Amino acid sequence: MKKILGISILLAVVCVVTAMASDSFLSGYNLENLVRRTALFGIISVGVTFVIVTGGIDLSIGSVVCLVGCGLPWLLTKHGWSVPSAVVAVMALSMGIGLAHGLLITKLKLQPFVVTLCGLLLYRGIARGFTNDQTVGFGTEFRGLRTLATGQIKLPFIDGFALPAPWVFLLVVAVAAAIFLNRTIYGRYLLALGRNEEAARYSGINTERMIILAYVISSSLAGFGGLLFVLDVNSAQPVDFGNFYELYAIAAAVLGGCSLRGGEATILGVIIGTALMQVLRNMITLVTTRNNIEFAIIGAVILIGVIADELVKRYAVRRRAARALAHETGGA
Amino acid sequence: MTAPLLEVRKLTKSFPGVRALKGVCLTLGRGEVLAVIGENGAGKSTLMKILAGVQRPDSGEVVLEGGAVELRNVHDALRAGIALIHQELNLADNLDVAANIFLGREPLKGGLIDTARMRREARQFLEAVGLVVDPATLVSTLTIGHQQLVEIAKALSVNARVLIMDEPTSSLSSHEAENLFRVIRDLRSRGVSLVYVSHRLGEVKALADRVSVLRDGENAGNLERDEIDHSHMVKLMVGRDLSQFYPHVPRQPGEVVLKVERLQTRAHPRHALSFEVRAGEIVGVAGLVGAGRTELLEALFGVLPAVGGVMRIGGSELAPRSPKEAIAAGLALVPEDRKKQGVILEMAVRENLCLARLRRDHHFGFLSPRGMAALSADMVSALRIKTPHDRQVVQFLSGGNQQKVVLGKWLALKPKVLLMDEPTRGVDIGAKQEIYRLMEELADQGVAILFVSSEMEEILGMSDRALVLHEGRLAGELARGALSEEAVMHLATGSERLAA
Repeated sequence: MKKILGISILLAVVCVVTAMASDSFLSGYNLENLVRRTALFGIISVGVTFVIVTGGIDLSIGSVVCLVGCGLPWLLTKHGWSVPSAVVAVMALSMGIGLAHGLLITKLKLQPFVVTLCGLLLYRGIARGFTNDQTVGFGTEFRGLRTLATGQIKLPFIDGFALPAPWVFLLVVAVAAAIFLNRTIYGRYLLALGRNEEAARYSGINTERMIILAYVISSSLAGFGGLLFVLDVNSAQPVDFGNFYELYAIAAAVLGGCSLRGGEATILGVIIGTALMQVLRNMITLVTTRNNIEFAIIGAVILIGVIADELVKRYAVRRRAARALAHETGGA
Repeated sequence: MTAPLLEVRKLTKSFPGVRALKGVCLTLGRGEVLAVIGENGAGKSTLMKILAGVQRPDSGEVVLEGGAVELRNVHDALRAGIALIHQELNLADNLDVAANIFLGREPLKGGLIDTARMRREARQFLEAVGLVVDPATLVSTLTIGHQQLVEIAKALSVNARVLIMDEPTSSLSSHEAENLFRVIRDLRSRGVSLVYVSHRLGEVKALADRVSVLRDGENAGNLERDEIDHSHMVKLMVGRDLSQFYPHVPRQPGEVVLKVERLQTRAHPRHALSFEVRAGEIVGVAGLVGAGRTELLEALFGVLPAVGGVMRIGGSELAPRSPKEAIAAGLALVPEDRKKQGVILEMAVRENLCLARLRRDHHFGFLSPRGMAALSADMVSALRIKTPHDRQVVQFLSGGNQQKVVLGKWLALKPKVLLMDEPTRGVDIGAKQEIYRLMEELADQGVAILFVSSEMEEILGMSDRALVLHEGRLAGELARGALSEEAVMHLATGSERLAA
């Protein structure tokens, strides 16, 4: 809980500062947009959290988003597939990608960084290939399907703000993920092997199967995110659709208290981390006229956050060690 | 007596959860071989690391030739003339002998390494340790014994006056060890002082001019040349007579629980191992480092599956491919490297204790927090794990209590066969005795125990029977009546084969 406190305060501060600096920040339209973006990015961030918990990394997320984002409209409009079969196909593809990553990492013992880096190049390349670099989109069709991402849920007693539909998906994904991670034995296995894979294996845990599962979850949620992203914006350009999304997702997870060394994660923290990233981007657009320094600001904020976190952690460890020693010598 | 070369005054050092040194003193004369002995966890390694500048003390001082020196890092120590030869050698085995000797101090010519000069000078240091190899030989092609001599040559090349050797013979054959002793005596005669850390009391007796005994981070006593004998040393090490220290009572073993048939480990596939362990029997496995002891346990537990052979547990036959399968058959392993393989340091005591049991205790995949709390509370009290509460992170417990957590994790599964690899490594004397007592209790309950140990006293004190391995081969089996240090070393060093 302490871990989330720091980043929650940071989020609140950034919100207050932005609201004071810009009138449009608190407008219903802006807030709706902000919540929708947070929800969409939140889904892929939750996905990568599972991989980060194992001590691995998934760099292919943005390209999976692109592959699904281009593949879905391509199948529907160019090839006339039915909606259910197209959706099933892209989701199955995402899961298959995750399975392939997991198998390569556990059975062939390849490094996660290398495997998913190749994925990053491969899937975007494939998407650009079959679309021939042409933008693919839904045009004015598939309105029903698109409400999955563009739909709004009116809240009682609140005017001028409606809850965007992706928020519902994020809620379901996040709650399921949090329960899985904290309340099931499989979540416990993931946390244990992320801390110390060898000791987990010596304790009779099938660590390989759990690692494969983590990569399947990551790619599946990336695919699901890609599906919602393209439904939201209506069309996808294969050259840059989903570009850098894996970095947004990883940064959000790190801000939310995940350690890239593995074994540490809170789903709520990851979602707050995602929100912080989106509010920062929003702030840059609203407050400054310099959109081009976005990466510099985001990079600096993450770095400061991580440094502060590390310093606090060191202090806590030292205090705990002193207390433990006092107990040992006192009790002996 | 002339002023000593090196003097250690009241050194203290604490780590999270443990006080490794509590005011230790030591003196070392010129051209003297001082043996530092003590049980696992007595503080020997910490003391040596401080002398070599690897770790810094909390308080106390190191005095060299009458002046206090500050050893902030290995570089400082080397400059003062103190070199440590680690138990695990620190050579870059992808480089040749000369490059290793001059690593970090390469002679240069025009900004580039002067290889010719380096090899020429290396030869002179190799001669000093009696090693006849070409300085251009790759270190990876040398035997362990020769690699060790390269380390010593390296120490001589920086003009080391104090050479610290930590368990130098733990991976040497008897022939290599003899050669090392010759080199040590030769160095002594040339005025080099040696600090010799060893478990092997036989060696200590043969080599040392003086013995300093550590126990639980304190000086337990010093022995002069004419006082050095086995029983004196053991008594100072454990603080009482041996018979009281090891609680082992031979009992009537039951039926065969574990029957191993022609097992071939991956490390030594040429040798097939066959033996049995009975219910209530404690069987020790002795041998030098590299004899294949750990590999044997790992093959039995499915960590590194065997390449051939089977084992039988209570009638059913199996060749486990993973720890999961071995656990299902009733095996448990307390592994050699506690921090890497035994516990998950950053997790709480409770979570560690329950880890192996989760598979049995879940409700449709969900954790049962109440069951976990109960199990953990049982184990903490049954094993007397000293911790403020069971949510404490294992990292902050002492070595002994961490080891009890590992044991507790397995006892929760009620194993039929308990495999233990160096069960008391890095554990203080109090906890050590508790672990021995637990082994006895488990044997009384009919558990078959197979344990590997590098400590001769432990093998002699705790085994009903000992298996001795030599280079992957089962060199012999000694019943309790036939157990002695000489008999074990005879088999472990392969002398039997040399004699034949």
